[in-house]
Amino acid sequence: MKKSVILGAMTFAGLAAGAASAGTLDDVKARGKLNCGVTTGLVGFAAPNANGEWEGFDVAVCRAVAAAVLGDSTAVEFVPTTGKTRFTALASGEIDMLARNTTWTFSRDVDLKFEFTGINYYDGQGFMVPKELGVSSAKELDGATVCIQTGTTTELNLADFFRSNNISYEPVPIETNAEAQQQYLAGACDVYTTDASGLAATRATFDDPSAHVLLPEIISKEPLGPLVRHGDNEWGDVVRWSLNALIAAEELGITSANLNDMAAGTDNPEINRLLGTEGTLGEMLGLSADWAKNAIAAGGNYGEIFAKNIGEDTPIGLARGLNAQWTEGGLLYAPPFR
Amino acid sequence: MSGTHAHTVAYVRDTMLPEQAPPASEVGPIGWMRHNLFSTWVNTGMTLLAVAAIYYVLAGVLPWIFQSVWNADSLTECREIMMETWGSTHGHACWGVIKERWLQLLFGFYPPHLYWRPILALVLLLAALSPVLFSDRVSSKMLILTAAYPFLMPFLMWGGTIWGPLSAALGFVIGYLIIKHGSEKLGELGAMIAGVVAAVIWWFVLAGPVTDALSSALPIGIEAVQSRQFGGFMLAIMLGVVAIGVSLPIGVVLALGRQSDLIIVKYICVGFIEFVRGVPLITLLFVASLLLNIFLPPGTNFDIILRVMIMMTLFSAAYMAEVIRGGLAALPRGQYEGADSLGLNYWQAQRLIIMPQALKISIPGIVSTFIGIFKDTTLVSIIGLFDVIGLASAIRADTAWNGIYWELFAFIAALFFVVCFSMSRYSMYLERRLKTDHR
Repeated sequence: MKKSVILGAMTFAGLAAGAASAGTLDDVKARGKLNCGVTTGLVGFAAPNANGEWEGFDVAVCRAVAAAVLGDSTAVEFVPTTGKTRFTALASGEIDMLARNTTWTFSRDVDLKFEFTGINYYDGQGFMVPKELGVSSAKELDGATVCIQTGTTTELNLADFFRSNNISYEPVPIETNAEAQQQYLAGACDVYTTDASGLAATRATFDDPSAHVLLPEIISKEPLGPLVRHGDNEWGDVVRWSLNALIAAEELGITSANLNDMAAGTDNPEINRLLGTEGTLGEMLGLSADWAKNAIAAGGNYGEIFAKNIGEDTPIGLARGLNAQWTEGGLLYAPPFR
Repeated sequence: MSGTHAHTVAYVRDTMLPEQAPPASEVGPIGWMRHNLFSTWVNTGMTLLAVAAIYYVLAGVLPWIFQSVWNADSLTECREIMMETWGSTHGHACWGVIKERWLQLLFGFYPPHLYWRPILALVLLLAALSPVLFSDRVSSKMLILTAAYPFLMPFLMWGGTIWGPLSAALGFVIGYLIIKHGSEKLGELGAMIAGVVAAVIWWFVLAGPVTDALSSALPIGIEAVQSRQFGGFMLAIMLGVVAIGVSLPIGVVLALGRQSDLIIVKYICVGFIEFVRGVPLITLLFVASLLLNIFLPPGTNFDIILRVMIMMTLFSAAYMAEVIRGGLAALPRGQYEGADSLGLNYWQAQRLIIMPQALKISIPGIVSTFIGIFKDTTLVSIIGLFDVIGLASAIRADTAWNGIYWELFAFIAALFFVVCFSMSRYSMYLERRLKTDHR
């Protein structure tokens, strides 16, 4: 997720940003398919099912954009990317957008010449320990062995956290999440640290999840969101407002169940503007009037997508937390559709 | 004399004793064990230790393999069944994941209603290889299939119009005809250069428009399949077969080029071999997947699988060249001189005298390289292609199967073992068949 950026990737990303063709929106319409970069597999966020169809929280963003642009949520070519290939794939134009739980950071936005179009998941780095260790706070972890993915920002965050609290730790470097699960269960490390969503998903797979606890400290900010190439603002707007439409739909009470009723026209002018029965928002984006309706029809509003893929009723069981609407104490706050 | 002797000896046996069976402790399984396993105290001790170690491993592995759950839709369900049946979740495999995903592990995302095409391609591959591998048992008429296979395989796997593979084949035909009939007018070297140039012109300039025109006039073809849908063990076999099949001839040419007296040819070959051998395969794969994207003009659609195939082929060709050079170096000088004294020219000498012997010497090395490159195909998972290893992590990312680990790798290991072990056995068979010395 936060693999350190290879120097070469930066250089070439910078070189290619200028070379990539200007009108991604026109390209996608002409091609009739959206090329969307996803992970090669992350529980709850993107994974192919037994029939080879992609499912997950990030995948739903791709489908919503495809539905908004092309009116068909299945018109997506999912391009699996690894932590090392994702930025070059986007910079070189192999993919039109990247929805691969990528943390929005200054250098990625500014130096790598990408444009983050919003945040679809607020994550943060946490700790998991076995209950029998009797630890209730990360500050009690002095001298602990910690399983940590190498070459990621989690590694740097961990070092910062332990240094600022003046306690010591012994890192156990591991390569992938699957390896980390094995090492942690085998007792090779006392603590496993990665994004809180990843910890929850990992704990859910254990024989006895209740024997492990997530510590309350969240030691970093990991705003994850879709991104596009710098400099193609029309296309960036399409992706940004497709995501905002999903978030606004939840706030306005539009669900996949009542979508068709609402699209017939309501008393709420903002719903009407969003769903295209009033105003010309779709036209301004260069899309059809019912673009947002299609985006919402693809997988429901933000809340429905969350509940279906990573919410409390799934094995992953994430609470909304920071990802609740601003009206309910969370950080999701879509600008007005006006 | 005999009379006196008869009186001094009381009894003389005049018939042979019947042969007795050897003592039970010296023959059969017991005898073999006494001689090989328990001959001394040290041996006995080591035997007992080895038996204990084997028992320890099998006692863990066999129940894991056979006391396992096949009918489950998720890891959680597997664990529930294990708890009900054995009262513990440890030491039991959950093969439910293989049962649900084995087709995906074999074929990737290839459309299920077209599975017959990769299967047919595999069957045809075996048929096409049979006259080469078992030349003493299979009619050489099958070689026609072998020659057609390189064009048949892409057509079956990718589908689309039939004119693409046909026009690619036509390039070879054009080149061959020019070399065959032009040698009187142009001389041998001139004809060869003219043939190659004509074929290249056909492929890169003329074939595209001609194919397009033909496919719009006569649209014969089968459903096309995108490269992104390729995956699983099928991808490993496909990459492996192409890399193996193409790298051998390229390797032979490179090895000959390295020993050539033509200075430019020699240094081109040396430079290529040393460069490719000096770079890790994973670097070449990153070049194929990332850098080429940047250097090619935007919008160029250069198939990712084709790029990976080219890189893997070049990589194994460099190694192959060195293996074959080892075979060439092992031939005594007299073989070259013998060929010269018979009045054979360079190519005749290579074809009839040098190569058959050099290749025979190199068989173990060649097959090791084959097995190595076949296993290296799993590296493509790092650049985001879904081979078996990539699929294994994708399957683990499914909420139903997150946390499953050993079962997938055991299945993949079994697949690879079958293929690699067959290659190794075949190379031993080939060595026995070609053995002409009297050691």
